[in-house]
Amino acid sequence: MKLTGAQILIKMIKSQGVDTIFGYPGGAVIDIYDELASNPDLRHILVRHEQGAIHAADAYSRAKGDIGVALVTSGPGATNAVTGIASAYMDSIPIVVFTGQVNSSLIGNDAFQEVDIVGITRPCTKHNYLVKKIENLARIIKEAFFIARSGRPGPVLVDLPKDVMTATIEFEEPPEVHIKSYRPTYSPNKKQLAKVVQLINKAKRPIIFSGGGVVLSKASEEITDLAKMANIPVTASLMGLGTFPASHPLWLGMPGMHGTFRANMSIGECDLMIAAGVRFDDRVTGRLEKFAPKAKIVQIDIDPTSIHKNVSVDCPIVGDCKKSLALLNQMMKRQIDQASVDARSEWIETIENWKSTMPLGYNQNEEIIKPQFVIETLHELTQGKAIITTEVGQNQMWTAQYYGFDRPNHFITSGGLGVMGFGLPAAIGAKAACPDKTVIDIAGDGSIQMNIQEMTTSLEARLPVKVVILNNRYLGMVRQWQDLFYDKRYASTNMECAPDFVKLAEAYGATGLRASKPSEVRETLKQGLATEGTVVMDFIVEREEMVYPMVPAGKSLSEMLLV
Amino acid sequence: MTIKKHILSILVDNEPGVLSRIAGLFSGRGYNIDTLSVAQTMESTASRVTMETSGDEHIVEQIIKQLHKLINVITVVDLTEKRHVKRELALIKVHAKSEHRAEILRIVDIFRCRVVDVAQDYYTIEISGNEEKLMAIMDLLTPMGIIETARTGSIALSREKTTKRT
Repeated sequence: MKLTGAQILIKMIKSQGVDTIFGYPGGAVIDIYDELASNPDLRHILVRHEQGAIHAADAYSRAKGDIGVALVTSGPGATNAVTGIASAYMDSIPIVVFTGQVNSSLIGNDAFQEVDIVGITRPCTKHNYLVKKIENLARIIKEAFFIARSGRPGPVLVDLPKDVMTATIEFEEPPEVHIKSYRPTYSPNKKQLAKVVQLINKAKRPIIFSGGGVVLSKASEEITDLAKMANIPVTASLMGLGTFPASHPLWLGMPGMHGTFRANMSIGECDLMIAAGVRFDDRVTGRLEKFAPKAKIVQIDIDPTSIHKNVSVDCPIVGDCKKSLALLNQMMKRQIDQASVDARSEWIETIENWKSTMPLGYNQNEEIIKPQFVIETLHELTQGKAIITTEVGQNQMWTAQYYGFDRPNHFITSGGLGVMGFGLPAAIGAKAACPDKTVIDIAGDGSIQMNIQEMTTSLEARLPVKVVILNNRYLGMVRQWQDLFYDKRYASTNMECAPDFVKLAEAYGATGLRASKPSEVRETLKQGLATEGTVVMDFIVEREEMVYPMVPAGKSLSEMLLV
Repeated sequence: MTIKKHILSILVDNEPGVLSRIAGLFSGRGYNIDTLSVAQTMESTASRVTMETSGDEHIVEQIIKQLHKLINVITVVDLTEKRHVKRELALIKVHAKSEHRAEILRIVDIFRCRVVDVAQDYYTIEISGNEEKLMAIMDLLTPMGIIETARTGSIALSREKTTKRT
């Protein structure tokens, strides 16, 4: 049967099990949109800015534990998508982004809305393609999905010239993907795992450090089993929050720049660190030479480049986190040294002491709302079951600290790239993936203004989300740095000139609520959560509240500024 | 750690944009390319990139792993650690005043290279060999007046018999 390029594209997308895409039309993709109109089983969610489409696809992927898909036009449509793509790349999120391109005969001629998006996104995609001939279209789409999902996942971009979309060809199902130069290692080396068993049995002060790779490989059960079996405390990076239940006594909290006292102290004192699916970001390690100085480090990662990149590792294991940990757990079960497990009570006690002497905390205030209090109350009211997205900055760190995540895929944040404006489109994407879940964007008043236009998307697509604005009328995190390290010169961080978010919500057709006193917090959250549709809750919070603890950039983890 | 020169032999898909992916990886991550040479292999679908780079052990390990990670890179071999042969080709255009011609031809003879173009007042010499040999002949020809040179950058092959396609 003869099909057009646009028909092949839609057919191939559907054959990947995809039923939702996020996008924005334009001249170069008009043929694809025309085809979409006759395919109602492939839901298209119209965003209001291409950046929003990519963040939504990213969050859709994370909430669902599957792939996200976005479609944008050539030129500015494609360049607007770049921030989203770079964020997905940093966080290893599997998405496929289709961009329109001018007619292939015009490529290189500076045609209207032409941009070399394959060139632009080369450093921030896992791989990308320009489809030059319709003969290659089906194969390339299949490869794109395969590459995005497999190994260390990541975004793949496919650039589609307009004439390739309108050309026709006799459609043939492409064969199974076989790329000779791309064979990720899933199965770990068993000899290396045997060494890990020995290391664990010998360790007096071990910790587990779980990261985004554990979420991606769906290995949180395995991590939890290992921790419980061997009595090992667990810390998790921002990307790994939820891989180990925050309500469990072995939970240390997040490490790093805004990590808990006990997590950072544990890293300083541990004699064994089992790191899984982490890349030792500078925000986690602080000063590298002082990171886990007493520890043997085991690192499990599917990407060999993550190993020995920042931190030198004593026992590297290249493999899928789930496979590796499942195998390790099997071996541990047979060879566990119960005496050493029991002897760890001393280590656990030390940690308990750190926890009770320096707990995570803030000074409550009767008059002014503390942002941490809003998040704690939100956690209580949602019983920790909501999917939470965040913007970037203080709101993000307080959420990581105070919303105890017990499950993976429930905390969706732009970790590596730190994109302001991520949270609202991400919440919409997560809601599309999990319509039965409550989805909440915890935002700052600065960040929310970066993609506020997606309010319309939420309403039009009937994807109701709740937006909690921690409104301090500052770019809070930058102000915090200015306060601590720049003699309180608040250069361009004052955001007092801002819209009335309640009225703005109403202007979009959503509900707007406001709380200005601590006594109103619970009621406002309750009301907001109970109200149908999209709700913006504006919390007027303490203007100069800081995120503590804080390890100043370049310092070692033990040098924390505390409340 | 000490900084050392490494010669990498990289087999890649013979596709547009592949060289740009490799070059982009180096510039984006702050690695150094000292020399670079690329051509198609016996198979039209693959090209061989021979590259000299320098860095400490840690950096070169990352370079090799990062190259492997590129989807279009088929294999990466660090020839530095193996027995290998390495050659570079240079073309040297040198002033050939009548009183210097005999001397130039004598040097060409000693270095076992060839004159490939002769004009009224210059010779173009073709020489291949390792970097030291190339530098040596250039030193000797400098007094005559070198007009311009073109060099290929190193190419190299392992001296082991390999079953990998050429």
